[in-house]
Amino acid sequence: MISCLEGHGYTDAGGSIPSPRVFQKARFPLHSGHPMGIPRLRPGDGHRMFAASSKKRETREEVTAQMDLSLIFSQIINGLQTGSVYALVALGYSMVYGIILLLNFAHGDIIMVGAYTAFYAIASFHLHPLASVLLAVLVSTVLGVAIEKVAYTPLRSAPRLSLLITAIGISFLLENGAQLLFGADTKSMDTIVTGNAALLGANVSYAALLTIAVSVVAMLALTFLVQKTKLGKAMRAVSEDMGAAQLMGISLNRTISFTFAVGSALAGIGSILYLCAYPQASPTMGSMLGLKAFVAAVLGGIGSIPGAMIGGFVIGLLEAMVSAAGLSVWKDGAVFAILIVVLLVKPTGILGRQITEKV
Amino acid sequence: MKKFLAMLLSLTLVLGLAACGGGNQPSGGNAQNSGGAAGNDAGNDAGDSGSDSQPSGGSDEITIALITNTTGDYAQYGIPVHNAAMLYINQINANGGINGKQVKVLEYDDKADGVETVNALNLAVENGATAVIGSVLTGATIALADATYDINMPQITASATAAGVTMIDADDPASEIRENVFRSCFIDPFQGEKMADYSYNKLGAKTAAILYETGNDYSEGLMNAFVEKAGELGLEIVATEAFATGDKDYKAQITNIAAKTPDVVYAPVYYGEAGLAIQAARQLGMTATFVGGDGYGNVKDYATAEELEGTVYCSGYAPGTESVAQFESDYEAAYGEPVPNMFAPLAYDAAMLMCHALEAAEAAGLEAGTDGYKQAVIDALNAIDGVEGITGTYSFDEYNNPVKSAAIIELTGGEEVFKEMY
Amino acid sequence: MKEKKPIRIPMPLRYGINLALILALWGTFAALIGQGAITNYWSGILIMVGINIILAVSLNIATGYLGQLPLGHAGFMAVGAYAGGIFLKSTPVADLLKAGNEAACLPYVIGALVLSAVVAGIFGLIIGIPALRLRGDYLAIITLGFGEIIRVALTNIDSLLGFKFTYGAAGLKRIPKFSGFHLVFICVVLSCTLIHMIMKSRHGRAILSIRENEIAAESVGINTTYYKTMAFVVSAMLAGIAGCLYAGYLGSLYPATFKFMKSIEILVMVVLGGMGSMLGSILSAAALTILPELLRSVADYRMVAYSLALVLMMIFRPKGLLGSYDFSMSRVLEKGINGLRGVNTGKGGGAQ
Repeated sequence: MISCLEGHGYTDAGGSIPSPRVFQKARFPLHSGHPMGIPRLRPGDGHRMFAASSKKRETREEVTAQMDLSLIFSQIINGLQTGSVYALVALGYSMVYGIILLLNFAHGDIIMVGAYTAFYAIASFHLHPLASVLLAVLVSTVLGVAIEKVAYTPLRSAPRLSLLITAIGISFLLENGAQLLFGADTKSMDTIVTGNAALLGANVSYAALLTIAVSVVAMLALTFLVQKTKLGKAMRAVSEDMGAAQLMGISLNRTISFTFAVGSALAGIGSILYLCAYPQASPTMGSMLGLKAFVAAVLGGIGSIPGAMIGGFVIGLLEAMVSAAGLSVWKDGAVFAILIVVLLVKPTGILGRQITEKV
Repeated sequence: MKKFLAMLLSLTLVLGLAACGGGNQPSGGNAQNSGGAAGNDAGNDAGDSGSDSQPSGGSDEITIALITNTTGDYAQYGIPVHNAAMLYINQINANGGINGKQVKVLEYDDKADGVETVNALNLAVENGATAVIGSVLTGATIALADATYDINMPQITASATAAGVTMIDADDPASEIRENVFRSCFIDPFQGEKMADYSYNKLGAKTAAILYETGNDYSEGLMNAFVEKAGELGLEIVATEAFATGDKDYKAQITNIAAKTPDVVYAPVYYGEAGLAIQAARQLGMTATFVGGDGYGNVKDYATAEELEGTVYCSGYAPGTESVAQFESDYEAAYGEPVPNMFAPLAYDAAMLMCHALEAAEAAGLEAGTDGYKQAVIDALNAIDGVEGITGTYSFDEYNNPVKSAAIIELTGGEEVFKEMY
Repeated sequence: MKEKKPIRIPMPLRYGINLALILALWGTFAALIGQGAITNYWSGILIMVGINIILAVSLNIATGYLGQLPLGHAGFMAVGAYAGGIFLKSTPVADLLKAGNEAACLPYVIGALVLSAVVAGIFGLIIGIPALRLRGDYLAIITLGFGEIIRVALTNIDSLLGFKFTYGAAGLKRIPKFSGFHLVFICVVLSCTLIHMIMKSRHGRAILSIRENEIAAESVGINTTYYKTMAFVVSAMLAGIAGCLYAGYLGSLYPATFKFMKSIEILVMVVLGGMGSMLGSILSAAALTILPELLRSVADYRMVAYSLALVLMMIFRPKGLLGSYDFSMSRVLEKGINGLRGVNTGKGGGAQ
């Protein structure tokens, strides 16, 4: 086995095996050309496979130390990957809450719609993946603005409870509508981005790196938008004081619609990145994702953009840590427990601002 | 004015839904049958609160009930069961029915909810049903079995695999059996044992890891049986990992499993999750064979051929083999899509078994709907020995579970290929 | 002409009238069931109607009267259901029912109901104290979180200290089926009476004042924390009783039944009926339990219709179908009598 590794340049001069990743892959001669590098199993391989494992146990101690480090690193990458998606969705929540003080329950389901759009674009219409991505983002944006116009605008002066109930209603309408139209089962599609890279001894997928990169870029772009452009200034003004902003000549409807559009576009991007990691679409995929992203927004401080980013990454890392500890079935419970702790200890979140109610 | 408008709006909404009867089946197939029967029972129950349970309508019809979840979260399992059972009944009716009588099917949707199932049963009894095919998910089927047990109504299920469906107390081997409940699928413990056996004896595995879904009766049942059998055989379980329902991220669990380098990974979950798990494992460089249960049907659509190569699972249904070829083409002709999963042929066989028993009761000259008739049907089901179905040869053991061998399916070149019976 | 004073029916007589009404209703149902005019099917539906009524009126306390939006009601129902179920499984009720000895079951059943109310109430206290410090949206989310945590815990904890406790996802099965129509009817009547009496008292008025303006209520000396917690706990206790009855009707419990969707279904009942109207909650609970049965042919569209109804209701008539109107037989009689005498009762409504 050592000899077959030498040709690929995996061994060092001493002939010992440097990293566990290589050890796992090198049980059979690698087929070049396949992006995943997974060999084709043939009948009879079974015996060879199991004969190898006993040899493996002997040298396991050698690689355990290296494995732990790369294990931790890959868990961190996992956490950052899911955290990025949460962060993108949390941004949408934060922006909408900052502007009209509404918890848009339907936000998570916009992700679901984006995912189905991408699925049908690729599977039924056979569009180029890039075109499907753009289409998905476009559809998400349009849907977000449409929901705002139809359901939230008439209730702008209504008590917040009614608005919240309407948001819940829209969320379930989307979910059950999707179930009716597309069926309740999960639709699988080909992964858009494949391939792994070796980083610090762990297998990191390109999808993960892309996810983290895209979300950071998106967040920077959003910060620029909010701080430097006129529309961003309008958004900040409206969230500060709706009445005064109107007196200053800011078009309320336009600003709010724009906020929803940006938030939904980010959700659309988030859904595509989510699909890169888990290429399946189901009608209820958005609800848990949306809830967790909401927790992230609350954690970071609802109404605050950098807070949403921080909150997203924290929740993602928390989930990864809980799973790594072997308690993955309690993942959801842990996230909600964090929510409760945050709401009790510091309801405004890490970076949120205190809203005092005057009488 | 606004108040009036709102009232009118909500009333029209409700009435509009009632008026456009015969809902659309999402399967996109031929829904004429269900539309007709649905219109029938809407007419039946809406005004019928005064009538008692009556014997089957007319002496030229046998009425049975088909209770499945055609809407709701798990409709993708209920719809094939419904479609396949209807396919069989329609074929029987086209061939002259049973003993010259047409079989009338009362179709009910229970949304996989226990309360709805019992309601559907009560409605069926009111409308003169003499036997029940249903339900689909374990929880609903057990609720249904509790209710049919009280009235000694023969019941057969195509898909509920928990032991507790036919046994009153699943934990107690000497528990009372619900004599009137049968099933055409094998039970969870059977599958778990079978695959432990197969992994140890056929695949030559010495160590195994487990990845299962908590919150899922089926997954936990298979897992427990596997672990027990593995203990008997001497197959060492080196890692046990779990994920919660709805979870799609298994990297952490797979990482932990990979660290222990098992020979096989037993992952008794459904095809969607199985595909994701196998993908995650391959991405992390694991090459261990994945072994699964009958939930793996159609996993080929959820991961690439390379990733799935060598995966094995047991099933009640051997796709593409001779015995099922006719069924597969009939199903596609009737519903416009290929057989979606293994529940369809199992439902076909369930309907076949029920009709077989109905024939025996008819032959004894009893009147449909009476207690004597129902007992005769139950006795006939009990007596079945060697009846040929499309998924195997049937006979029932003392727990009313079928004695069948399992078909072992292997993923070869991206296709699910029948390997052998085991 | 001397103006005739409007007659007001005195309190004891009002109670008498209400009692008579209830007995008449009960008698009608009992007779119909006895004669078989109401079949097994319909009596099953009526039991579910009763359970849903208790759920709706209990949520109405926290939503309509207190003005909050707790989204974890299914969690209280779950806790009560499991408590009652586990208790009854460990008693000889199962054998007593088989032997047909229903009377002997009664003390156990009452014990189970009380236990589930107490357990649910304790959970209500635990959840309420932190949750009620928050307002509006945050309360909604924190109660949602608690509801989900309860469900996740029930799914994953199947044994406690090695003793098979809740059976986790496999479900708690073989609970003796003790929920008959009469038991459920009595529970419904008792729940509604309890709520009615609370709301009529000064406790009720305090709760309503908190809904109207919490800061003003605080400033006139009402202990808002106490009253908010009390309303929340009563709401939870009644949900627990409904859960126990549900366990007794179905005979088996699965944690998956008590997910967020269930809380929303109960919320839809309260919202459609009118937040703050007990009669509204009762009617909409009944309607939303019976309608799906009648509209079996369009079952596919049921959930879509619910969501749509919720949204439309909020946009066009946020107060719900009945607003905060509460029915009172005595008031109807008063209006009738005074109308006949030709006397203007003026604003005769308000607290009955």
